[in-house]
Amino acid sequence: MRYPAFLQRIADRADVQPVRILTFSINGQAVSAREDETILSVARENGISIPTLCHLDGLSERGACRLCIVEIKGSPKLSPSCVTLPRQDMEVITNSDRVLDYRRKILELLFTERNHICSVCVSNGHCDLQALTTELGMTHVHYDYLHTRHAVDASHERFSVDHNRCVLCQRCIRVCEEIEGAHTWDVMGRGYLSKVITDLNQPWGESTSCTGCGKCVQVCPTGALSEKGKSVAEMTKRRQFLPYLKLMRGDESR
Amino acid sequence: MTQTIQIKPITRIEGHGKITLVLDDSGAVSDAKFHVTQFRGFEKFCEGRPFYEMPSLVERICGICPVSHSIASAKACDSILGVSVPAPARKLRRLLNCGTFIQSHALSFFHLSAPDLALGFDADPSERNIFGLFKTYPSLAMDGINLRKIGQQIVESCAGKRIHPAWVVPGGVNKSLLEENRDFLLSLLPEGHAIIHRTLDWFKGSLENYREEIRTFANFPTLFTGLVNSEGNLEHVEGKLRFIDSKGATIHDGLDPHRYDEYLAENTEEWSYLKSPYFKALGYPEGIYKSGPAARLNVCDGCGTPQADQEWAEFKGLERGPVLSSFYNHYARLIEVLYSLELMEHLLKDPEILSPHVRSIARNNEFEGVGVVEAPRGLLIHHYKVDEEGLITWANMIVATGNNNLAMNRGILQVARRFIKNDKVTEDAMNRIEALIRAFDPCLSCSTHAIGGPNLRVDLVSPDGTLLDSVLS
Repeated sequence: MRYPAFLQRIADRADVQPVRILTFSINGQAVSAREDETILSVARENGISIPTLCHLDGLSERGACRLCIVEIKGSPKLSPSCVTLPRQDMEVITNSDRVLDYRRKILELLFTERNHICSVCVSNGHCDLQALTTELGMTHVHYDYLHTRHAVDASHERFSVDHNRCVLCQRCIRVCEEIEGAHTWDVMGRGYLSKVITDLNQPWGESTSCTGCGKCVQVCPTGALSEKGKSVAEMTKRRQFLPYLKLMRGDESR
Repeated sequence: MTQTIQIKPITRIEGHGKITLVLDDSGAVSDAKFHVTQFRGFEKFCEGRPFYEMPSLVERICGICPVSHSIASAKACDSILGVSVPAPARKLRRLLNCGTFIQSHALSFFHLSAPDLALGFDADPSERNIFGLFKTYPSLAMDGINLRKIGQQIVESCAGKRIHPAWVVPGGVNKSLLEENRDFLLSLLPEGHAIIHRTLDWFKGSLENYREEIRTFANFPTLFTGLVNSEGNLEHVEGKLRFIDSKGATIHDGLDPHRYDEYLAENTEEWSYLKSPYFKALGYPEGIYKSGPAARLNVCDGCGTPQADQEWAEFKGLERGPVLSSFYNHYARLIEVLYSLELMEHLLKDPEILSPHVRSIARNNEFEGVGVVEAPRGLLIHHYKVDEEGLITWANMIVATGNNNLAMNRGILQVARRFIKNDKVTEDAMNRIEALIRAFDPCLSCSTHAIGGPNLRVDLVSPDGTLLDSVLS
């Protein structure tokens, strides 16, 4: 579990809070973990794959997309593995029919909220959302589309935001706050009416806090944030900078 | 008592349409209307989108000529960028366009119209299709399949995929041509030439069989328009507009396509989603003009390639002045395929075709752009306006099929008068009306930027609106 930076510094102090090691099982496989590691991170360390969308190595967890849900024996509800910590002797199932079914439904619901038409999207072929459809075996959307219509904000000199393609994963918000330190991005509204905004919902081009670094564009999983002038399928995202930046700042352990 | 006949849906065309024929008291056809019955609204929903998305958005208008839409759109976007496109990119766009002309004309001629031409307009309808053609004329049918394949392979080798490629972009194209693809395309030429010469020989030899169709398929005086290059020769991607009258005299030459709205206007009829463009100076509907393969050959001074020029001279020799009958669109399509093969060879042998300098990068510098090309079916115009951020605020498209809307309507009346008798839609009359439409090779999904499957229905309706007869084809 990662906290905002100022809390994390306290959480990381082993003298105040010695870290315990505990054991539990994932899909029947015995695993051990530090008590402050998430189920997702332990699963991945042990080669067990769990699909994610809002998670990005190097950023804090948000639990926004719910695609990483897992079953925990004894609990009637499904838990997001990216923000759930293991307990001693916990039994976690990542691949039951129920889990797989719900993940597909969540993914379908993401598609109904906005306008995700891959064929005319700048990120076609390089999109995390699109890749998930094949990974999770989504063939159709079984729910009605909302057909919302959002304006494109192309006021920034180099970048544009197309809210029609946003999945509200909040990666942009986190990278801007945690890595760039600008906190230009945030979210307004509730439920499906939520929307990412720059500053106090001003046009991006008029934002006084934006440094124009473009990190948000690179971490965006879909074509919502893109470089202007890119045509269909031309927008490839480069995310290598994240681990480098963390390393060079000496805070890769967080 | 007057009656109305409806033919719906029309078959072996691209898109959805129906025809209404009105009969007067004596049972003679007094009016004909060609309705395009779907609406898609591309011009509206493109509003608010970034202009550099347009070439791919408008490609979705059509699965047959997406390349034409993407080039017209990219040309409009070039104007919005305000840059000149690198010469290699312009050549690559022309090369790509050759591929689309070959595949689209092959589809129209062989798959859609050859069943009428080879098996006869009165042949059993259950046999008069591409499968029937395979049974009776297997080599002709195979030629069609193979020629279309060549066209598709050209598109694929340039643009990466056959349908809806995202290769043509504002400012040029997004990848240069690979040497191995250039060599592969050169290797396709001999088969293409063999097929087109075989087909031209067969078609010219059988023209005698179609005397009645030639006489009645939209065979009346109209204006003609098309793009020509600086020498006055046939041009599909660049060039300026020329208008000629029905006698062949040039009315306007060297017109800047960007100023299309100074001489073309569009009229809307409440019975069709397809708009009717007309030549402004003559008004509506007197400003009727034809566009497309035969019109292009009528307006140009030649093709500019040796073999196509020979065929063009023969074509022009059919009549004194412009070739009026739209039946000859079939003939013109074959000549344009030959021209495309020759042009393609010329482009492929130019060393510059492999140049990596294929894209000019810029942001939006202008607020408006017009892109005009010749699509297989005729003149295609894309016109966009953008705001300061480069988002589309207004779009207008005049698509190839629309140019011929007035001519198709009047052509249907001409054919119906000749072939419909005693207020019954007989099979042979029905098919000739459809065949007339096929001669224009309309793409109805393009024309309204509209959805729909290929079909046609004719309804016969009395003046009080009662449906008397209805035939599905």
